[in-house]
Amino acid sequence: MDRQMMKGNEAIAEAAVQAGCRYFFGYPITPQNEIPEYMSARLPEVGGAFVQAESEVAAINMVYGAAGTGARCMTSSSSPGISLKQEGISYIVGAELPCVIVNMVRGGPGLGSIQPAQSDYYQATRGGGHGDYRMPVFVPNSIQEAVELTQLAFDVADQYRTPCMVLGDGIIGQMMEPVRMPEYHGRKLPAKDWAATGWKNGCGRDRAIINSLYIEPDRCEQHNLKLQRKYDLIAENETMCEQIMMEDAEYAIVAYGTTARIALTAMRKARADGMKVGLIRPITVWPFPTEIISSAAKRVKGILTVEMSLGQMVDDVRLAANGACPVEFYGRTGGMVPGVKEIYQQIQQMDREHRKEEL
Amino acid sequence: MAVFKRPNMLIDVPLHYCPGCTHGIIHRLVAEALDELTEQDKVIGVAPVGCAVFAYNYFNCDMYEAAHGRAPAVATGIKRVQPDKVVFTYQGDGDLASIGAAEIVHAATRGENITVIFVNNAIYGMTGGQMAPTTLLGQKTTTSPLGRSVERNGNPIRVSEMLATLDGPSYIARVSVHDVKNVVAAKKAIKQAFQNQIDGKGFSLVEVLSTCPTNWGLTPKEALNWLTENMIPQYPLGVKKEV
Repeated sequence: MDRQMMKGNEAIAEAAVQAGCRYFFGYPITPQNEIPEYMSARLPEVGGAFVQAESEVAAINMVYGAAGTGARCMTSSSSPGISLKQEGISYIVGAELPCVIVNMVRGGPGLGSIQPAQSDYYQATRGGGHGDYRMPVFVPNSIQEAVELTQLAFDVADQYRTPCMVLGDGIIGQMMEPVRMPEYHGRKLPAKDWAATGWKNGCGRDRAIINSLYIEPDRCEQHNLKLQRKYDLIAENETMCEQIMMEDAEYAIVAYGTTARIALTAMRKARADGMKVGLIRPITVWPFPTEIISSAAKRVKGILTVEMSLGQMVDDVRLAANGACPVEFYGRTGGMVPGVKEIYQQIQQMDREHRKEEL
Repeated sequence: MAVFKRPNMLIDVPLHYCPGCTHGIIHRLVAEALDELTEQDKVIGVAPVGCAVFAYNYFNCDMYEAAHGRAPAVATGIKRVQPDKVVFTYQGDGDLASIGAAEIVHAATRGENITVIFVNNAIYGMTGGQMAPTTLLGQKTTTSPLGRSVERNGNPIRVSEMLATLDGPSYIARVSVHDVKNVVAAKKAIKQAFQNQIDGKGFSLVEVLSTCPTNWGLTPKEALNWLTENMIPQYPLGVKKEV
């Protein structure tokens, strides 16, 4: 298919439809409205269904219902709405149901702003809802990548029976870029013999019980250990990360999403001025590319983490670096976006301080 | 000659409900109605949070356990994917009328083609007898120890009458199971509710007045009398809406 100009939210919605998503449940909130709007017109064309739910709470529970039948389904929202969905996400994890959740992040806390942010990183990567759990989180830096990761998210969800999140700063949802809608092929996936599709005695499978309740604590612990083994497997197989000019880098910038594109421009400027800077761009933030950063930390003189928050992913970077090199942070928040010049100055300062130490 | 036997839609296991609780009767009525109207593999049920949380161990079909109050939203998701299935929720009064008030109202007004069995015993049973949205004025509970008062606690809610004002529902009825005559009437209403779903008429709900001897602090027999004398005047029986 040829490249066409598409708004991020609409491109994500179409990519989901191409990947076989037929059911969407959502609620209006800026800056993700184009996803439910697109789905409301598109899904009936392909024999699916769109429901505008009474709340984000209801929407994620409709996803729980639809996902339990084995159908590909999704919801989308933005930060305050994603907070409301956390109850449902926890239940979906507990019941091991596959689905995709899109969060077009805006400034917080509370009602915050409607401008782009990355301040839901903790919520996305630390569970968000209650209980011991993890969820794969994909963080695209372009609309092309958003489209590809959305389709991948459906496959990962089905393969491991887990919800997956596509976490875009609001810019990813709102900007237009040329995009080539990929032809969806998909992975070879296990049969959904666990789904509630109607059961009778002797139909060849056990009665489906879509449930997260394990009233005996030993069984609940066993269930958690089973989930943990799944998370270990996901971490082993599904971690994604891009490295740019890291081979000879003396400094590394770690950034994701739109921030990584701005950081890339700053990195190129620094390179042009003779500073050996590279970029590490996590494409999944859970699982986090810990090994790549850990190994880089042993080679470089310093790491600069840049985020549209006051410092959330930097915790994971510091855990990965484990003291092997200094880890600095620069961020803007509340809907403000870090500029190339500011990031460049941070690199310069890190370089200056290091030279001072060397003297 | 008809032989009295366990309905196929009810699994042959002991129920966990307290002695004298009427959940067991209501389970049986639902199972009998489903046996008479449809096939086992055409039914998907949704259990609530509350005393009926383990209903998935009793109804002999594919089942879900929903988050507290969210069963109508879960049922909506199931029904939109599988419109040919008979989808029902089984919910208590804390679940449906308090934390799940938004979900039930909007499933009803959308005319979502599902059936809701709403068991109203005027108290939170599973958590140990706290005040419910349906607790009667003057009724003592662990969180209204002096008795529910309008000033302190506000008024009880009549769910069936409220939902009957909406355009979406096709059938809303309130029944009771405190004696044989009423059990027979309750069965008829539950069957009608499922029939409406099968006929594609849209949302149907049967509110069943039920006892909680344990948390009311009464014997089973006293509880049945208490229901008749106190609950029915507040929650009058009858069909509230029929399309």
